[in-house]
Amino acid sequence: MTAVASASHADAVPLLTVEGLRCVFDVSKPWLNRVLEGASKQSLQAVDDVSFFIPKGETFALVGESGSGKSTIAKMIVGLLRPTNGEIRFDGTDITKVGNAAEMRRLRRRFQMIFQDPYASLNPRMRVDTIIAEPLRAFGILSEDGAIATRVAELLRLVRLDPADGVKFPHEFSGGQRQRIAIARALAGNPEFLVCDEPTSALDVSVQAQILNLMKDLQAEFGLTYLLISHNLAVVRHMATRVGVLYLGRLVEVAPSRQLFTAPRHPYTRMLLDAVPDLAMSGRQRLPVQGEIPNPITPPSGCFYHPRCPLANERCTQERPALVPAAEGYVACHAVAEGRAA
Amino acid sequence: MTETSEALLEVRDLVVEFPTRRGILRAVDQISFSLMPGEVLGLVGESGAGKSLTGTALIGLLEPPGRIASGTVRLKGQQINGLPPEELRKIRGRRIGMVFQDPLTSLNPLYRVGEQLIETIRTHLPLSEAEARQRAVDLLMEVGIPAAERRLDSYPHEFSGGMRQRVVIALALAAEPELVIADEPTTALDVSVQAQIIAVLKRLCREKNTAVILITHDMGVIAETADRVAVMYAGRIVEIGPVRDVIKSPRHPYTKGLMGSIPDPEAEAERLIQIPGSMPRLTHIPKGCAFNPRCGFANDQCRTERPPVRAVGKGSVACFLDEAQLTALSLEARR
Repeated sequence: MTAVASASHADAVPLLTVEGLRCVFDVSKPWLNRVLEGASKQSLQAVDDVSFFIPKGETFALVGESGSGKSTIAKMIVGLLRPTNGEIRFDGTDITKVGNAAEMRRLRRRFQMIFQDPYASLNPRMRVDTIIAEPLRAFGILSEDGAIATRVAELLRLVRLDPADGVKFPHEFSGGQRQRIAIARALAGNPEFLVCDEPTSALDVSVQAQILNLMKDLQAEFGLTYLLISHNLAVVRHMATRVGVLYLGRLVEVAPSRQLFTAPRHPYTRMLLDAVPDLAMSGRQRLPVQGEIPNPITPPSGCFYHPRCPLANERCTQERPALVPAAEGYVACHAVAEGRAA
Repeated sequence: MTETSEALLEVRDLVVEFPTRRGILRAVDQISFSLMPGEVLGLVGESGAGKSLTGTALIGLLEPPGRIASGTVRLKGQQINGLPPEELRKIRGRRIGMVFQDPLTSLNPLYRVGEQLIETIRTHLPLSEAEARQRAVDLLMEVGIPAAERRLDSYPHEFSGGMRQRVVIALALAAEPELVIADEPTTALDVSVQAQIIAVLKRLCREKNTAVILITHDMGVIAETADRVAVMYAGRIVEIGPVRDVIKSPRHPYTKGLMGSIPDPEAEAERLIQIPGSMPRLTHIPKGCAFNPRCGFANDQCRTERPPVRAVGKGSVACFLDEAQLTALSLEARR
């Protein structure tokens, strides 16, 4: 499966291409404090020169720990945040530069987002059928009430809910059911691309399995393309075709899922995989995790990972490593490039 | 488990209830287990299973109107449920330490970490101020906080999440308790920090022969840490046994479904095993076996009678399926 996916890379047309994406937040103290305390402006590079592409029908996962910038990237792709610079090309059009509102609307319809918390993402005062019908009306896909009701029922069936549930309110549903409603709403406009930001993190494992299976079924049925944001490596392994690993806003490794999990290259990826509790109880010996994620406002020089990296040398402390091809993926590491990594 | 005199903690038929306008809700329903000195027992289950309430009930911290309706909790043979609050306070901290999910709720933001540690140490141990301070430094060093001497004067907000949880572990272990109850100690932490915290907790409890009740929803954490594991569902223990048996060959249909629904990083299954439905609400606990509406093996007996807990292999299971059927189930399990 992985071989097919990677073989198709060269000829597959990327549905989404992200290039040199950067997002800087101003985290300075208020003006008066700066004047009185003589403090200077401070900025936080949440996303630093990130590039990747997602071919049609694939699932690309972004993994990383808190503060790695994965949700920021998701927000910029769906247009909830403006990138400081960089390009986001969706089906050939750079969506950061679309000035025309009508054209943006047309594009918007083709990608949707599923959020982490199904308790916060559904309006508690709206009935479920109204929630699901909202995009249909907003995008002007359907306007006649009968047709909308038919479509809503169809969408509810699609996410394995009872069409009769449409008259209920969100609070009458469990977390897993609410996430199904959120998925039904996302699918209402027949999108091609879904950004899923931690779609199962708020759910119990048995419910998580239901949602992951549903996402896979829908992908097979409609040829959907997913960008999956997750900190759960087991979920990523199960869902993704390719995986990008983020550390402090930079991509350190991009590789086909199987390669990443069986032969991780970057020292950070290795540490991350090693830290996952071992459910197979193989009793394998693991390297203890060194240090903690540094403060992103004052990140280390050179490679951000060097203070924690067992392979770091002089060059790593000074020079930022570029993302270079390695096997079927890309790695940003001097040790790997120089062949110092075993 | 068989009754043993040397058990550190002995819980028998514990029932936790909440009186409400709609009647009495049973959040923990007749659970029994015991714990040996130095043993790590994992208490695992999904949200609403009653695992955290069990933990708070054991140490007498149930929020009213919640109450222990019946059952006993014995610490080294002495019954501790129903003790006057003053007596319980002396046991908490001194003989039973606690670690909660959010380290910020366990630490007072207005006091330096050192003051909190020293206060805890001096409340429970007859040490002078200077001795207690030295002990606080030792504790911080033991849990892996660099420059412990200097960090004593820091406030909780000056620590990262992982470092704060280390401080909480130091607090819990300050008086060398016989038992630590850790409720989702790593849930709020990143996976790399989680690995560090688990390693610290495991090492210290082994060194000091402290028993641990580890409450979590994460089977991976249990697999890494626990000696035995109890699986809870709708307020009841459905399966209890050595961790390797429960994880590698779960017997109860719920445990089996739970294990199957965890994505396996080693195997590349196209679909996950899924249990239909979700955990019942306390107001709607099904009759008979609480799991029967979601169980693929349920029969008429399961719908009317509550299955008793009986010994199967090295553990116990609460299910009407006979031993041969349960063993067949466990053989069928993925790993």
